[in-house]
Amino acid sequence: MADFEPKIVAFVCNWCTYAGADLTGTSRIKYASNVRIIRFPCTGRIDYMLLLKAFDEGADGIMISGCHPNDCHYTSGNFHARRRWIMFRSLCEFIGIDTRRIIFSWVSAAEGARWAELVNSTVASIRELGPYNEYQNIAKKSVMEVNNG
Amino acid sequence: MSKIGVFVCHCGENISATVDCVKVAETAGKYDGVTFSIDYKYMCSDPGQTIIKNAIKEKGLTGVVVASCSPRMHEPTFRKACAEAGLNPYMCEMANLREHCSWVHEKGEETTEKAIDLVRILVEKIKYNQSLDAIKVPVTKTALVIGGGIAGIQASLDIANTGHKVILIEKDPSIGGHMSQLSETFPTLDCSQCILTPRMVEVAQHPDITLYTYAELESLEGFIGNFKAKIRRKSKSIDEKLCTGCGLCTTKCPNKKIPSEFNEGLGTRPAIYVPFPQAVPNKPVIDKVNCTYYTKGKCRVCEKVCPTQAIRFDQEDQIVEVEIGAIVIATGFTVKQPDFFPEYGYGKYPDVITGLQFERLASASGPTLGEIKRPSDGKIPEKIVFVACAGSRDQAKGIPYCSKICCMYIAKHAMLYQHKVHGGKSYVFYMDIRAGGKMYEEFVRRAIEDDGVNYVRGRISRIYEKNGKLIVNGADTLLNAMPVEIEADMVVLATAGVANEGAEELAQKLHVSYDPYHFFAEAHPKLKPVETNTAGIFLAGACQAPRDIPESVAMASGAAVKVAALFSQDELTREPLIAVVNRQAAPVYSSCVGCFLCQSACPYQAIEREDIKNRAGEVIKSVAKVNPGLCQGCGTCVAFCRTKSIDIQGYTHEQVYSEVMALLNEY
Repeated sequence: MADFEPKIVAFVCNWCTYAGADLTGTSRIKYASNVRIIRFPCTGRIDYMLLLKAFDEGADGIMISGCHPNDCHYTSGNFHARRRWIMFRSLCEFIGIDTRRIIFSWVSAAEGARWAELVNSTVASIRELGPYNEYQNIAKKSVMEVNNG
Repeated sequence: MSKIGVFVCHCGENISATVDCVKVAETAGKYDGVTFSIDYKYMCSDPGQTIIKNAIKEKGLTGVVVASCSPRMHEPTFRKACAEAGLNPYMCEMANLREHCSWVHEKGEETTEKAIDLVRILVEKIKYNQSLDAIKVPVTKTALVIGGGIAGIQASLDIANTGHKVILIEKDPSIGGHMSQLSETFPTLDCSQCILTPRMVEVAQHPDITLYTYAELESLEGFIGNFKAKIRRKSKSIDEKLCTGCGLCTTKCPNKKIPSEFNEGLGTRPAIYVPFPQAVPNKPVIDKVNCTYYTKGKCRVCEKVCPTQAIRFDQEDQIVEVEIGAIVIATGFTVKQPDFFPEYGYGKYPDVITGLQFERLASASGPTLGEIKRPSDGKIPEKIVFVACAGSRDQAKGIPYCSKICCMYIAKHAMLYQHKVHGGKSYVFYMDIRAGGKMYEEFVRRAIEDDGVNYVRGRISRIYEKNGKLIVNGADTLLNAMPVEIEADMVVLATAGVANEGAEELAQKLHVSYDPYHFFAEAHPKLKPVETNTAGIFLAGACQAPRDIPESVAMASGAAVKVAALFSQDELTREPLIAVVNRQAAPVYSSCVGCFLCQSACPYQAIEREDIKNRAGEVIKSVAKVNPGLCQGCGTCVAFCRTKSIDIQGYTHEQVYSEVMALLNEY
């Protein structure tokens, strides 16, 4: 497991976390290179089926991050994202998806150092959990169940 | 079939020092749909842009991926370059190889691999990009300026002098801000009021400026060119049309023992008051918290003496709704109340005061009429100590930054003291002298060499009282940290400049970002110092960081030019990255089922109902429709839609799913 490099996808909003990660860059703070950022206008845009798709495609962990409550560039998108996450998390628990692999957080445009810390802690915790092979099994099993009626 | 060009930038060595740019370009060149790839030292330079333009024309590219810095930096540059070569600007995407990769990882294969992944994500996304046309929206040519200090005054005058309307709001009863409290200004020692008050009068008399004092922003809606603001005009308990400003009420008010805000608590004022003699507008307000009538139900002396019957005890706050096209935030700063220095004894010893209080003592309009007298007994201090960096540059106090103005105003204070108290001794304890600015260093030298101010390099550990003297304990670090003890009569703390209380809430109302110290954040630290991340909202003065007067004025004029440029157009172009509801052929018309969940999610009321009618004019289906003038492109509706009928241009389902798939399915 020592040489396991987790694949992590980060869904972030353009105004806070994307800019915060830019600040990490301009501040030259080094962090683990496992995370690939996908930019969204707002966390409110994130369709949570994308998370399942990411696991489908072999992601070991997922990060979602946007503006702190009350700081949303669009007033309330982050509140929708948070509410949706609470619902989605219980669905994940119900169907057996490991919710420890989804890190939901707020990182503002001023929190460059926090973004680096968050990435490092996420990579460390996913590394400990190991590759997410079980998801593939759940997915196969549920497809079989559907096929068998 | 897509013909995509990938352009990898070295950014000098910023990217190429840790990422193998040649390999990135080579790998990208092998991807499906990529017909051209190249790496170059500076893609944003003129020759770099020419490479892109030529490739678009010669290779007939249908999409361009520029792998360079953050799109927040150069997206407009490259989109413009594409447009100039005849490619729709929205067929250009940027992979962030600098801020998100080369600057944050060590040199190595993993870093290059990440760079390749970031490029691949956008190559796959761009296959689903569509040509889009910018949206045109009208511009309301009125500006709102928040804050009536020197920055707000300057911005208002500059905008109004270009022929546009300005609404200036100020939370206090008078405009003028901190500058009106100052005695003299560095480095010229000209009187602050003398240069400021004519400007204040100009604001009040300008035909294109509407001034609302004692007013605050209640809420803001809308977007660049089309904001709607609600302004709360707090009740002054005065009918301003009837009031002549004679001031009789302020002399007759029986409750005169209220600490004066303008004099920083060193003087008193009545409950009905004009903050200072040159106030604009020069009409009183009733301070309801301290007014005897409002607190105890009787008095009404002011009402009885008013010759024009202008007192209105039943006046209520008034909400004014205004339509504006741009906003300048000029709310300024505040000084840290030094009660968090127990070691300096502020609050405990009346003769330990702040710099702003010293300004009032030195001011001809102040409580001592410009004589330096100590607050406790009115004696003239023979020895005075100035403490620089009281809070500033102090990690332990949570203020690691330099407040910038203190070195200069301390030199000025010490100089004023020496000019006013002949034979007096003054000491300045400092960490470093930061006198960057035109004639600033010369000014400090003058204080030291001509006026004989004693500068001691070291910090103060403790101030305590003994036999009627303030004992100041410190160290002189230029003499091997030799302990220094001074028996002073008065101590002035140059307390840190901090963000206003409530700056965070204001930022949230305006949807602009703020930094960890709650100063408002500029859009780019170097190239966009007066813009915010929210289009149409600009910054001026010390609300962005501690600033002195010339800087605040320059910034205000800069912000005013930005507003004037905005107002020079009749229509604005906006990014077309907005939501759309799909349309299909009859008899389906749209996959939208008309549940209108999107309408409940939309923060901008941008979703309307559209009735689809048959030839007989009967409604056969109601579907959602996006008003492109109102939609801001957050995409919250997209995630709400149960039938995936609404999508957001630039971040469509096809685009984001292809990004996720590209990321994890390596070639």
